[in-house]
Amino acid sequence: MLKTYAELSLAMFRTGILGYGGGPSTVPLIRHEAVSRYRWMADEEFGEVLAIANTLPGPIATKLAAYLGYRLKGTLGALVGLLAHILPTAVAMIALVSFIDVFSSSRIIHGMIEAVVPVVAVMLGQMCYEFGEKAVKGLGKYMALACGVIAFVLLEWVQLHPAILIAIALAYGSVHFKVMGKLKETRKRKEERRHGDMD
Amino acid sequence: METWIELLIGFFLANVFGYGGGPSSIPLMYREIVPHYHWLSGAEFSNMLALGNSLPGPIATKIAAYVGFDAAGWMGVLAAEAATVVPSAVALIVLMRILQKYKQSQVVKGMTLLVQPVIAVMMLQLTIQSSKESILSIGWIQFAAIALISYWLIQRRKVHPALVIVGAFVYGGIFLGR
Repeated sequence: MLKTYAELSLAMFRTGILGYGGGPSTVPLIRHEAVSRYRWMADEEFGEVLAIANTLPGPIATKLAAYLGYRLKGTLGALVGLLAHILPTAVAMIALVSFIDVFSSSRIIHGMIEAVVPVVAVMLGQMCYEFGEKAVKGLGKYMALACGVIAFVLLEWVQLHPAILIAIALAYGSVHFKVMGKLKETRKRKEERRHGDMD
Repeated sequence: METWIELLIGFFLANVFGYGGGPSSIPLMYREIVPHYHWLSGAEFSNMLALGNSLPGPIATKIAAYVGFDAAGWMGVLAAEAATVVPSAVALIVLMRILQKYKQSQVVKGMTLLVQPVIAVMMLQLTIQSSKESILSIGWIQFAAIALISYWLIQRRKVHPALVIVGAFVYGGIFLGR
């Protein structure tokens, strides 16, 4: 019972104080805790939560922390997850006001932050690979690649808002299996007709 | 009006219109904090942002804590933080509950599946962006060395990423901090 709360607090505390570059770069850390370390949810579910969270406004890491807590322990869990994630750095922010100059001009602190960015990049790259892998498994090589290319073009060149793209993906996704079923059916019918012609 | 109510409104608006996580709400928060409610001056805002960026964790909640405390003490912190995190957290929980109910349906399965390539591409963008920034600031040799070592540690040796990050801190503090 209490063990879950303790694990949740520890995991959200860790992700809160080790994420640099704001919420989005914390996502791989949260995923590591939720999926690989504590196995609170499968990777597919995490991907789905992340996608839905991205269609909603507001900070991303706190949404995930609250949802993880809620899924494990209801409303109280959500509160614990949130507080463990944001409280340490919020308090640090208030406590360090008087040292503001020391902090923002320290070369050592800049060096520390700079060294973390490549680690974050590796973890983001890893997530990219794994979600890509899942897309290939579910959609097949060509369809997954086509979706990826379309998504990349829309985001990078058309500068479409990610929330809109996710909404489109969700909308098509909701009829995907129906479309696939229909396609299979027509193909089958054609095949049958061809066989019929040959007879 | 009571300051904490203004904090509640200001931070609610700034975050509810910010898409793409905390960093993308910064300009919206600036608008509420500096020109609209005058909680901080422009220079104070930049100083605060610099401090916030040198500390870990989500940025929106750090700004909320700082400004809330500055404007109205601990009550202000509570109001600004609640306005920042509660609405979007509740929205996510409600949406996920609805989806979970129909988890077995082909509709929801298709939605889950089609979202994967989009997430992959968004992660790719974040990867490219943070790699670019890093290469510009520490050079590609440092970047490649740190990236390769952390890949090896996390992926092959299964070291907890937290430890790798702490290791990177130590390395950066000693070798990149000059």
